[in-house]
Amino acid sequence: MIAPTPITLTVNGETVAAQVEPRIHLTDFLRENLGLTGTHIGCEHGVCGACTVRLDGEIVRGCLVLAVQADGKSVETIEGLSDSGALDELQAAFRDRNALQCGYCTPAMLLTAHELLARNPTPDRATIREHLSGNYCRCTGYQAIIDAVEIAARARAGAKS
Amino acid sequence: MTMQAIGKPHSRVDGRAKVTGGARYAAEFNQPDQLYAVVVGSTVGLGRILRIDAGAVAQMPGVRAVISHLNAPRLAYQPHKGGTDPANGERLHVLQDDQVRFYGQPVAVIVADSLDHAERAAAALAVSYAGETPVVDPLDAKVQPVAPQAGRAGADRSRGDADAAFAAAPVTVEASFDMARENHTPMEPHATIAAWSGDRLTLWSKSQFVVNEQAEIAAIFGMPAANVQVICPFVGGGFGTSLRTWPHVTLAAIAARQVGRPVKLVLTRRQMFHTTGHRPRTLQRVALGATTDGRLTSLIHEGSGETSRYEQFVEALTSTSGFMYSCPNVRTRYRLLPMDTGTPTFMRGPGEASGMYAVESAIDELSYKLGIDPVELRRRNEPAIDEAEKLPFSSRSLMQCYALGAERFGWASRDPRPRAMRDGRLLIGWGVASASYPCFFSPASARVRLLADGSAEVEAASSDMGPGTYTSMTQVAAETLSLPLDKVRFSLGRSDFPATPSHGGSQTMSSVGSAVRAACLAVQAELAKRAVADRRSQLFGASIDSVEWREGRLSRKGDAAAGPSYSELVTGAGGSPVEAGASAARDAAIAKQYSMHAFGAVFVEVSVDPDLGLVRLRRAVGAYGAGRIVNPKLATSQCIGGMVGGLGMALMERTALDPRDGRPVNAHMGDYLVPVNLDVPHLEAHFVEEQDPHVNPLGVKGLGEVALVGMAPAIANAVFHATGKRVRELPIRIENLLDV
Repeated sequence: MIAPTPITLTVNGETVAAQVEPRIHLTDFLRENLGLTGTHIGCEHGVCGACTVRLDGEIVRGCLVLAVQADGKSVETIEGLSDSGALDELQAAFRDRNALQCGYCTPAMLLTAHELLARNPTPDRATIREHLSGNYCRCTGYQAIIDAVEIAARARAGAKS
Repeated sequence: MTMQAIGKPHSRVDGRAKVTGGARYAAEFNQPDQLYAVVVGSTVGLGRILRIDAGAVAQMPGVRAVISHLNAPRLAYQPHKGGTDPANGERLHVLQDDQVRFYGQPVAVIVADSLDHAERAAAALAVSYAGETPVVDPLDAKVQPVAPQAGRAGADRSRGDADAAFAAAPVTVEASFDMARENHTPMEPHATIAAWSGDRLTLWSKSQFVVNEQAEIAAIFGMPAANVQVICPFVGGGFGTSLRTWPHVTLAAIAARQVGRPVKLVLTRRQMFHTTGHRPRTLQRVALGATTDGRLTSLIHEGSGETSRYEQFVEALTSTSGFMYSCPNVRTRYRLLPMDTGTPTFMRGPGEASGMYAVESAIDELSYKLGIDPVELRRRNEPAIDEAEKLPFSSRSLMQCYALGAERFGWASRDPRPRAMRDGRLLIGWGVASASYPCFFSPASARVRLLADGSAEVEAASSDMGPGTYTSMTQVAAETLSLPLDKVRFSLGRSDFPATPSHGGSQTMSSVGSAVRAACLAVQAELAKRAVADRRSQLFGASIDSVEWREGRLSRKGDAAAGPSYSELVTGAGGSPVEAGASAARDAAIAKQYSMHAFGAVFVEVSVDPDLGLVRLRRAVGAYGAGRIVNPKLATSQCIGGMVGGLGMALMERTALDPRDGRPVNAHMGDYLVPVNLDVPHLEAHFVEEQDPHVNPLGVKGLGEVALVGMAPAIANAVFHATGKRVRELPIRIENLLDV
C-alpha cells in the first residue's frame, strides 16, 4: 500500500488536510510537507528524542508515529508552543543558563521538560535527570539543562503564587 | 561608558533562534521543485560491483534517476587538499569505478520525487558483488604497519637513549593499551541540498569548513571555486565529522545536475557510521623508567592508528609525550595501520586524547609502584621548558590547574590504597590525569561594515557547531568597537564571506577572533581616514595621528571632548556603509620562540559495583589553563560538554566491526552508547587565571579539545583505585570488571 492517503489533523491549532504517503512518519511530514523544521531528526528509531512533539497533549517520538496515525489528532510542535508562550520560562532559563549549544536537541528537550513540569511542578534534580534521559545532547554535558529546568520550575511557581 | 564585552558571561546571541526552533540547519533549506536523494551503500566490505539492476528500480513510482558508476558523470577530481584533508593519499572518487573499498561505500544514489519513494527504491535496488573478506581488525596479522609520510604529527622523535635508560631504571612500568574506534555521532545527521543554476552550484550543507567544502567540490567538478557557494549558518553538533567534505556532498551535486532540479540528500544515522570519518582505533605501548624518588628517566611511547588503504589519516598520537614531563630520554614512534575501511578523521581532542590516555594511565601506574601520590609525581616531573622543542612555554599553568582542581575536589583526603574507599557495597575510586592541546592560530579573515545607524555588521566564513562562535565573535567586535552587543550583528557560515580556517582544532576563537578584532580596527582606521579628509566633518584637516578612538567616538588626542560617533561619521559622509576587511595570522617569529599549548588537570570519582562490574562516574572537576576566557558562561559549558565526551570515551563509545565484512554492527544510537542525562553526575569546570601575550592578539588558547583530553585516563585511573584492577582498553565495560 503506497498510494497517498488523506488525513486531517490539527497542527499548532490550525486544521491541516493533506495526502500523505502511508510510510512517511510524523516528523518527516511536519518538516517536509509543512515546513515545521523546529522538530528535528536524530536517530530515526526512537532513541535520541530529537523529534519529540505533542500528540493530543502527550509527548511522542515523531519518528515512531506514522503521519497517517495522526489523522484526527492534534499535534503541537516547538513552533506552536513557542508562539503560545507555553515555554516562556523554560526558554528564558535555557538561554540564561546556556543549556544549549548546537541547539539541535533543544526544541525536543524543551517539550520534554515542559511535560515534566506539567506533571510535577517542583521536581528535584534526580527526577529531572531521569525524565530527560531519553533526550540526548552531545554538546552541553546536560548539567546546565538540569539547572535550567530547576530555574524554570521556580519561575513558574513564583508566577503562580 | 567603557565597554567590557570580553570576559563577561553573556548569554548566547543565537539563543532565541535555538529555543524557538527558528535556527535552520542544512536540511532545512528546502528549495522549490526539490527532489530527494538516498544513498545506496555497499553491502560487502571489499571487492567489485558485478551488476546493478537499475532498470526495475527506475520504473518504481516517483523515481527520477538511478545513478551509479555505470552512468555517473566522469568527474575531474582535480588535486585538492585542505587543512583537514590527509596530506598523503587520494580521496575516494565516488561512483567513478566498480571497486568497493569498505563496507557502506556509496555505490548508487536514487533520486525521486519524495523521500519515501527514494527510500523505497534504494531499498529495492539489487546490486551484486564479487566480495572478498576485508581486513578491519588492527590485530589481524595481515595488517602491515607503515610509517606515515611526512606530516606535522607523524614523525618519530627521540632524545637521549630511552631504551637504555629504561633497561637501567630501578622502577619501571610497561603497558599496552587498546582504544576503540569511535564515531562522532552528532545529533544532526549530515545533509546537503544541492541546486544548480547554469554552471553555478549552491550547497546548503552541514560543514565545519565551508571554504574548504567550496574548494573541494570545485576541484571535484573541475569548476571555478567562485561558482560554488556553500551555506551553513547552523551545525547541529560536529565534533570533527563535518571538517571534511565527504562523498555524499558530491553525490547530492551529481544528482541535482543529472535531474536538473534541486536535490536534498540526508544521510541515515546508519550511514553516518560508514562514510563520514571516525576516531581511529589505536594500539599503544608505553614504557616508563624512573628513579626511586620518582624522577622520570625514560619515556617510550609507541602507537599506531587505523587508516584507510587510500589515505593516510595522521593525528598527534604521540606529540604530547615530548613535552608533558621533564625526562632526558624520550622516544616516540607512530605508525599507521591501513585497512579496508573508510578514512578516519579528527574527532574532538584528536590524537592528544588517545595518546594521553595511554601515557597518563602509565604515569598513574608508576605512581602506585613508587608509592607517590599521582599529583605529586606529576609535580616532581614538571618541566621548566618544552624539552622536545627546547623552547619556553608561552605559558603553562598545569601545576596551578592541579592545585585548583585538587582543592575543589578535596583530593587531600584520598586514601591512596586501591579498594580502600567504599560507599556501602560500592567500591569508590578517585583518579586524576593531565590534559593538553596545542594552541593553533591559522590565517583568518573577517570584514566589518559600519552602518548609518551606528551598528556594525561583521562577517567571516567560519562555523558555529555549538561552542558559541556567534556570541564570542560578537563580543570581540563589541569590545573592539566599544559598541553594545546588540549593536553588532555577526554572520557566518557562507563560503563567500572572508575565508577562515576549519572550525576544529580549538582555533576558531584564536584565529577568527583575531581576524574580527583586526577588521574592527581596520574599519575604524578607514572611518578616521575619511573623517579627516571630509570637509563636512568636524575633524576635517586633522592629521590622522592626532585623532584616536575613545569609546566609539573619534576624538582629538588630548582633547577631553568626545568627537563624533560612528553614526555621525557614517551619516555625515553620506550614509553609505563604511566597510573594511582584515586578516590575522600568527607571527612566524613568535612561533619559533615559544611552545604553545593549553593545559588542564582532571579529577574524577567513580563507583564500581563489585557484583555487577558497573562503573558510574560520581563527580568530576576539571581545571584548565586556557588563556583568556572570552565568555565564562559559554566556556564552562564547553568544558563540561568536553568532559562528558571523555566520559563517553572512557565507558561507552565503541564502534564494533563485523570481521566478516567490516560492517559497523552497532551503527545506530540504540547500540552506539553515548552518555545520557542519567549517566552524568555533578561536574565542575574551573579556569586558572592565565595571561598569555604570545599565543595570539586575544590571548586565548582554545577550549573545545583540551576539555575532552584527560577525562578518559582520569576515569580509568579511578577504576584502578576503586578495584585494584588495571583495565588497559577503552571503553571500560562490565565484562572487564566481572572479576573485581
